[in-house]
Amino acid sequence: MARSTDGGLDTFWSAVSSRQAVSALTLSLWTSLVVAAVNAVAGTATAWVLVRDDFRGKAVLNALIDLPFALPTIVVGIILLALVGPTSPVGIHAVATTWAILLALLFVTLPFVVRSVQPVVQELDREMEEAATSLGASSATTFRRVVLPNLVPAILSGAGMSFARAVGEFGSVILVAGNIPFHTQLASVYIFGQVESDDPIGAAAVAVVLLAISLIVLVAIASVGRWGARHER
Amino acid sequence: MISVDAVTKQFGEFRALDDVSLDVHEGSLTALLGPSGSGKSTLLRVIAGLELPDAGRVVIDGEDATAVPAQRRGIGFVFQHYAAFKHMTVRENVAFGLRIRKRPKAEVTAKVDELLGIVGLQGYQSRYPAQLSGGQRQRMALARALAIEPRVLLLDEPFGALDAKVRADLRAWLRRLHDEVHVTTVLVTHDQEEAMDVADRIVVLNEGRIEQTGTPRELYERPANGFVMSFLGPVARLGEALVRPHDLRVTAEPREGALEAMVDRVVHLGFEVRAELQLADGAPLAVQLTRDDAVALELAPGDIVWVGHTVEPVQPVAA
Amino acid sequence: MNVDRRVRLGVRTLVLAYLTVLLLVPVGLVFYRTFEHGITPVWQAITTPAAVHAFWLTLEIALIAVPLNTIFGVVTALALVRGRFRGKVAIDAVISLPFALSPVVIGLALLLVYGRGGWVSLPFQVIFSLPGMVLATIFVSLPFVVREVVPVLREIGDESEQAAATLGATPWQAFWRITLPAIRWGIAYGVVLTTARAIGEFGAVSVVSGRIAGETQTLTLLVEQRFQNFDLAGAYAASALLGVIAIATLLAMTLLKPRKDQT
Repeated sequence: MARSTDGGLDTFWSAVSSRQAVSALTLSLWTSLVVAAVNAVAGTATAWVLVRDDFRGKAVLNALIDLPFALPTIVVGIILLALVGPTSPVGIHAVATTWAILLALLFVTLPFVVRSVQPVVQELDREMEEAATSLGASSATTFRRVVLPNLVPAILSGAGMSFARAVGEFGSVILVAGNIPFHTQLASVYIFGQVESDDPIGAAAVAVVLLAISLIVLVAIASVGRWGARHER
Repeated sequence: MISVDAVTKQFGEFRALDDVSLDVHEGSLTALLGPSGSGKSTLLRVIAGLELPDAGRVVIDGEDATAVPAQRRGIGFVFQHYAAFKHMTVRENVAFGLRIRKRPKAEVTAKVDELLGIVGLQGYQSRYPAQLSGGQRQRMALARALAIEPRVLLLDEPFGALDAKVRADLRAWLRRLHDEVHVTTVLVTHDQEEAMDVADRIVVLNEGRIEQTGTPRELYERPANGFVMSFLGPVARLGEALVRPHDLRVTAEPREGALEAMVDRVVHLGFEVRAELQLADGAPLAVQLTRDDAVALELAPGDIVWVGHTVEPVQPVAA
Repeated sequence: MNVDRRVRLGVRTLVLAYLTVLLLVPVGLVFYRTFEHGITPVWQAITTPAAVHAFWLTLEIALIAVPLNTIFGVVTALALVRGRFRGKVAIDAVISLPFALSPVVIGLALLLVYGRGGWVSLPFQVIFSLPGMVLATIFVSLPFVVREVVPVLREIGDESEQAAATLGATPWQAFWRITLPAIRWGIAYGVVLTTARAIGEFGAVSVVSGRIAGETQTLTLLVEQRFQNFDLAGAYAASALLGVIAIATLLAMTLLKPRKDQT
């Protein structure tokens, strides 16, 4: 971190505010936010189904949720390339598009919200829901007013971790993203490029910004965690 | 045999023990009795060496043990929640202390078998603690503590986590065990019935200080203050004095020293009758009478009677 | 909540569809593509000298990083749960850092510190060589054992250790005979996660390794290089190997999780 200010604050600022750097950071930011939001919904639904529902193969599916954790990121890249690249069996050619980036990020962040919410759903006091029903609430209302508020801390925590992971993701996007500056170049790829072109200071500057963003998110997650704990009976 | 000398222990702001001194006689079974937060567990743990006092000394068998760690004090400790070694069998649990001391295998096996026989767990050697009931786990814990032939046996609310029936059975069993084995034993409990039932001597603690020490009878009949009196048995407040409800007598006519009261309610509980009275100052008072006495007095709500005590009132009212 | 049958089925279908598209199809596809032309080309692709070297290098790095992180993890977990000192929050934050940092940033940091003109000058080469890659791998896989052992330690409490002390055990004896067996499944689970992460690391070692084929190329780097050289089949083959390792990891996780959670 100190190295990035080696050339003084001016160098830092010019490195960070170069149009390419800004573009890369912006892309990383908004794609990660989208992915975190999608995960918040899909992950919660998945956690719910895995805990409350029952069907053949549920145990296997439950185990597979952790697959993105276990797979090396570069392998994820190869996998997605096979799906949306030139040899795609379903005729999708999405390499070097933001869709490819979103797909990659969704894959690697899949487990975060699911695994964060699952134990909470598991521990939910069914009697709360039964009380709501006995008082006349429909399922949707019960879910919205009784269940969801209890899940929110876990959802936020998982979404936060999704975001932190997505914003720095490298291995899975480097193949499918196409790395077109200003269009599909993520911050992590930009940093890598700067290192390869022998500008480690410039790279460090952008890295610091990325680091700051991640840290802010982590601190926010921790605060949410404490807020959630205070509401525990 | 154990001497606690002016021990003080503080946890942050909270003073758990305040200048406590105590003597435990060899071979006795002493109960440390008191409400939650009275310091009794802390005192036991200080004797054990699991806590270090801020001030004062602990002398065991003539040696100053204050700075000696728990490992080398020669004490046996039994925890309220058993502290069983979950990944070891019953046999391995009981053998643990002997294995640590590198005793020969044959000796260990013999000792373990003997102890399991004493505690009634023979045949359970290969079970795991998870497969035992609470009472069985506690007996295993006792066997484990006794295996190392401790000079002192310390029990921290040993029956607190068990059902009432099991508690009563184990209580009687502990007393019999003590009579056979004669190890100096100190027991912590908040249950006065347990203390009275089991102990040779009782030490009553409150807010980090010893209120009174003595035999169960001494403490019941001659309590040193109102706290000890109300902790060890039922009390009724008669004017400025605390008395035992069964020491009260109701008469229809005024008597020397008796107070005037009005009958509020008469409850028939089979052989006994409880008369709920109201004293002149409005304070309620419940008196137990036999059916015969109640009939003789023809008690009815609204009657005026006189309540007095049959023996000297022991205590002026305490806080 | 007794949900309407149709709603329940609807949600289930949506979730299953999402998971199938995102998870199952891509993974299945890669295995299909890999073995499309039979096993032989795959076998050949993963037994080239470069591949074999990459395999052993990956293993070597893991064999250094994992035991170190395990010991560190257990010691740190004990300190965090049983110790009494200030700054626990700070230590916890530092441990969680690898989760927040992009692998590229981690590699960059190592580069700046240990590289040419960096802060630290050691007598042997760190960057573009094995020590750098080991350092990077250690850092990214640091938190797992700690995070898995801490809740287990909290759950079991320290009464058993106190009992052991009263029975005459020294702190070391108590740790070895009582604490360690009690936390072994937490450790095992943490080790599995650590190993998977160490083997699968790409971004940080990419920056730090210099990617000299046959010398500083791990399996993951091999996959990328083959791709860049348009050797798609070779890339698939190496990926499949890594995929098999990943599935073995998943299996181990699934088997260990219930044991770890039961206390």
